[in-house]
Amino acid sequence: MADSRKHLDKTGEASSASEPVIENRRSFLGILLGLGSVCVGALLSVPLLRFSLFPLIRRTTELKPSTVGEFSEFSSAAEPIMRTIQIEQVDGWRKTVSEKAVYVTKNNQGKVSVLSSICPHLGCTIPWNKDKRQFICPCHGATFNSEGARLSGPSLRGMDLLESQVQDGQLLVRFQYFRQLVADREMAG
Amino acid sequence: MTSHQPNENAKFPEGQSGFWKWLNHRTGIDDVLKTALYEPIPGGARFAYIFGSGLLFIFISQVITGVFLALYYVPSADHAHTTVAYITKAVTAGSFLRSLHAYGASAMVVVLFLHLSQTFIYGSYKGKREILWLSGCVLFALVLGMAFTGYLLPWDQRAYFATAVGTNAASEIPLVGESLKLLMRGGTEMGTLTISRFFVAHVFLIPAFIFALVGSHIFLFRKAGAAGPVDEDPIEPKQQPELFYPRQVLMDLALTALLIVFLGLLSFFVPMQIGPPANPADAQYVPRPEWYYLPIFQWLKYWHGSAAIVGVLMIPTVLVLAVVALPFFDRSAERRPWKRPIAMSSYIFLVVALLGLGLRSGYVDRHDPSVAQQLAKQKTEEDEYARKPFEPELSSLSLAAANVALADPAAAKGKAIFEAQSCNACHGDAGVGTAAAPALVGIKAKYSAEQVENLFKHPTAKMTAGGMPPIDLPPDDLKALITYVRSLN
Repeated sequence: MADSRKHLDKTGEASSASEPVIENRRSFLGILLGLGSVCVGALLSVPLLRFSLFPLIRRTTELKPSTVGEFSEFSSAAEPIMRTIQIEQVDGWRKTVSEKAVYVTKNNQGKVSVLSSICPHLGCTIPWNKDKRQFICPCHGATFNSEGARLSGPSLRGMDLLESQVQDGQLLVRFQYFRQLVADREMAG
Repeated sequence: MTSHQPNENAKFPEGQSGFWKWLNHRTGIDDVLKTALYEPIPGGARFAYIFGSGLLFIFISQVITGVFLALYYVPSADHAHTTVAYITKAVTAGSFLRSLHAYGASAMVVVLFLHLSQTFIYGSYKGKREILWLSGCVLFALVLGMAFTGYLLPWDQRAYFATAVGTNAASEIPLVGESLKLLMRGGTEMGTLTISRFFVAHVFLIPAFIFALVGSHIFLFRKAGAAGPVDEDPIEPKQQPELFYPRQVLMDLALTALLIVFLGLLSFFVPMQIGPPANPADAQYVPRPEWYYLPIFQWLKYWHGSAAIVGVLMIPTVLVLAVVALPFFDRSAERRPWKRPIAMSSYIFLVVALLGLGLRSGYVDRHDPSVAQQLAKQKTEEDEYARKPFEPELSSLSLAAANVALADPAAAKGKAIFEAQSCNACHGDAGVGTAAAPALVGIKAKYSAEQVENLFKHPTAKMTAGGMPPIDLPPDDLKALITYVRSLN
């Protein structure tokens, strides 16, 4: 009996025995339902995936460029000027506004650049010494020239250059943290 | 039709794949499926029986969308509204999923009502089904509890005030009311502890009970067996049965498909809005609950003072007891509605009363000019807020940094010195502290201006050991620095 049913199922000639026909039809329906459920499930999971992958698709953490000031006031400066910039850091649904000191400095050719005030040695804030015309770190005595190049002390590299640009007469800078205690400038994190 | 006959020996088709055979050997999945699908339904499949499956589907959908919403939601009075606004306005598909969850709650109440009505009209609670009915009653209460607790979580004006009214209503219950209100709110006022409590109830407690009760509800249903049509014997069915699979499955799936399409289109084209954040100080706000609570809302308006005990406690208690105890006192096996005049007229009376109260609530609102005007204003404010782009919340840390300098010119000067002297190198921006040196925040509470000055000029041995140098500044600058440091909080 079992053998003949198997045979009938395979050939599909089931006119004489009713039970296998039912089961065959049901199994076809079952496959159809299964496929339908998989398709609907796949369709419904599209918004779920888009929702949960949102932080991968779009930037949820970002550092917006900060305004340092009017570009014209820096182009004529004789020595590095300290400016406090506001850094707006967006992290998902919250943002942090913090302040950081940067130096706007000019090289011999008159090119304006922006330096981070954080010492590449151990992270102290470096003040500009007017009398010695040097940056001198108060913590461990690292010194740098007016363009931020390393002169002496424990720091393994010069002061860190920040990415800057001029837009509509405004000097903009993108503040970044760099790894300390290394000879090459590497972004932290 | 032979296909309508139950067959205890029914098997899934022969010629299964090797994998299926292996899986079946290990798990017995064929038997599980057979038990699940080959359930006999006396009198055959009908569209009247589809609501239970519909409820199960919506519940699963609520669980899935709820879990995903929790990816971004934060249950605290400070962040709840921001995170829901973030979900609604910023996250891809966030508005859609949140709408699916919010409208799903309404759909749940509607389908629950239909399921309950079908069970009542068909007399399907009769014949050894007392515990099945009881588990259904508890599930009903739990679903209403889910709707009530979930409504608060977005923490917008609408949510806040509706829940304030809801928890206030509970305090009208004599003796325990006031304690119940305190327990729900986690204090005398609604606040961040209220959100925590509602969140725990909505996400952990009630769902756990629902899972357990859905399981027992289905188990008890299968134990008692499907009751079948109204002229069927509820204990020993005699009508020709048909198996649950395939026709009843297809009918159930039709409702599921309808729900998917309806909820999907609604969520996509008319997404759920989020209103402005809760402002407890707003004395103008006219709170209105979600539509399914409107009848109760309207009912409570009629009972005040000494009569409250009748309207708020006695009548609802009698009503709830009557519904819960129904299979215990309605013992006759008669299921045909036209032979059960008392049951049916009670049912119709109750439905008409609920509908009437709900409609009356809307009518009263529309015909009170001041209320109508305020409700319209609230709607406008909600629409305006919904159109605004998402604005991230300013973290408390940056607020401290931003506020200080502006308040007092001396402090502003002190702040510049604090940075120029590299105090912030060790003590952190705005004196929040770093690994190198302690925080200066809140120093005002510990030291007077003179003490601070003294410490600046003559640091203690411990300070010196930590690398703190004595400060040598002109008197004005020193004063400004002290003012700034003492302003940090």
